[in-house]
Amino acid sequence: MINWLRRNKSAQGTLLISPTLVFMIGLLIIPLILTLIISFGKRSADGNVIYSFGLHNYIRLLGVSYNCSAGQTVCYDPIYTQILWRSLTLAFNSTVVVILLAYPLAYFIARSHPSRRNTYLFLVLVPLWTNFVIRVYAWMMLLRTQGLINSALAWVADLFGRPFTPLEMLYTPGAVLIGMVYEFLPFMILPIYTSLEKIDGSLYEAAADLGANAVRTFLRVTLPLSAPGMVAGTVLVFIPVMGAFVVSDLLGGKQVILVGNLIQRQFLDARDPTFGSAASLILMALTLVVMFFYTRKFGFGEEIAIT
Amino acid sequence: MTQKPNSLFVRISALLVYVFLYAPIIGLMLFSFNASRTNIFFGGFITQFGPLQMEGSTVVQSPCGPFHWFCELNKNAEVKQAAENTLTIAFVASISATIIGTFAAIALQRYNFRLKAFSQLALYIPIVIPEIVMGIGILVLFSQIFTILSGLTGARFSMGLPTVIVSHIAFCIPFVTLVVQARLQGFDKSYEEAAMDLGANELTTFWRVTFPMILPGVLSGALLAFTLSLDDFVITFFTTGPGSTTLPIYVYGLLRRIITPQVNALSTIWILIVFTAVLLLQWTENRKA
Repeated sequence: MINWLRRNKSAQGTLLISPTLVFMIGLLIIPLILTLIISFGKRSADGNVIYSFGLHNYIRLLGVSYNCSAGQTVCYDPIYTQILWRSLTLAFNSTVVVILLAYPLAYFIARSHPSRRNTYLFLVLVPLWTNFVIRVYAWMMLLRTQGLINSALAWVADLFGRPFTPLEMLYTPGAVLIGMVYEFLPFMILPIYTSLEKIDGSLYEAAADLGANAVRTFLRVTLPLSAPGMVAGTVLVFIPVMGAFVVSDLLGGKQVILVGNLIQRQFLDARDPTFGSAASLILMALTLVVMFFYTRKFGFGEEIAIT
Repeated sequence: MTQKPNSLFVRISALLVYVFLYAPIIGLMLFSFNASRTNIFFGGFITQFGPLQMEGSTVVQSPCGPFHWFCELNKNAEVKQAAENTLTIAFVASISATIIGTFAAIALQRYNFRLKAFSQLALYIPIVIPEIVMGIGILVLFSQIFTILSGLTGARFSMGLPTVIVSHIAFCIPFVTLVVQARLQGFDKSYEEAAMDLGANELTTFWRVTFPMILPGVLSGALLAFTLSLDDFVITFFTTGPGSTTLPIYVYGLLRRIITPQVNALSTIWILIVFTAVLLLQWTENRKA
């Protein structure tokens, strides 16, 4: 046995990969298949799963409703399509805002003196490593009606003798967007920095020699060469925002319901695991389709270096 | 990339982004010295030791002075249990995932076998799908297994530390593999071939040549797995049960009910630990370089 293994390279490889395969099949592939099977089933009166085959959960998600006003048997109920659309636009908006904030910082770090770069990067890593629930909480404290921002504004208003009504910021779509941006900003800064740092300095000299000004050099040299970093960062930001439910739960309250909240509620409060499973698979499909077309258009970033 | 120093515009933008990154964290830390029982508003800093007047007419004894909320936290058995759970899960999961993931990286980088393409693909899936999808899948799996087991044995089963640990190992493996594979790609196979030519068997070659070379990759993989596990909310949320609450789950539970400055004190300690850890890490990296 031992000797056979010693001679057989392929068996050695299989042996080395087998624990990983056990975990990946047992806790990823089988669960996904189970989710698929359950999504075709029905919910029993006590909240369990009755195995059957039907596309009713998917039909419901797409907005076909059988609880209609008088005279209609089938009608369009946009509630779930609206939730899907909201998650998709939020993921898109968050990614755009994150790029706009991450780029100047990454650019600044990449162009600083090499001896200072580590310190600047360190300052990006600390918020990244601070627990994600704690970071959401920090924003709850800033945004609430008697929170830090309103207190500061009230103080300023008082200074000028103006009346001040506190702004309602928490539990709004804007709060959720800020929360998402804050959570995932470091995931964009690091890959953009990595691709900017790789750019050969002589390219700038060449651009300058050929008479390009700073703006033109940035647009024609820096920006295109840092695209792989932005692509990688987009993958790292878009995917988690699509599935997020904690940020919207704590900062959006009942106002902002995302696919993640919909799924979570089906498993915990509303207790329809079959519908939750269908929503979970639709979320996965939607994310994979968007990322597939995106990476096919822009190339898959090689900068997905996780720190 | 070396060239002209940053323009004023770039510097100011960078500074503003740093302010955006740090203002919430610093605000959070300041509130852990809040002289108010709820964190709805700021009641000023706690300045004195002994009896402390809170909002209304409540007076609490604060022998710790400004560190009142830290002492209260220290008395909180739930927090201690959650911290212990978090660390246990992170240690067990990261060590297991590092061993399993390193084997996988070696297999994928150095061997040919039938399931290679499938394995590589399977390892990418957890990275490219939203975490909640994997969390829900595992929840469905365990609840079905427990239903069947209960039917067979009559005993009741529920989620707990084992389910959380197993799930954490599963989501950490791909990241460890990715990091170690990158390291293995970086160095030449000829070192191993030379060792074999000189008469070393495969095991000796592995321990004396391959392992020392990939060790930095293995260590950063382990560190990554440890932080991912420590930080994880989503997978834990769907696989946790009575008695296996972790710190992020505990904090989330508190945030949905009441908010006391204890949460801030906890966050402050957490942030300071992270700060020190990252600092130490950077320092050792710099010394190596």
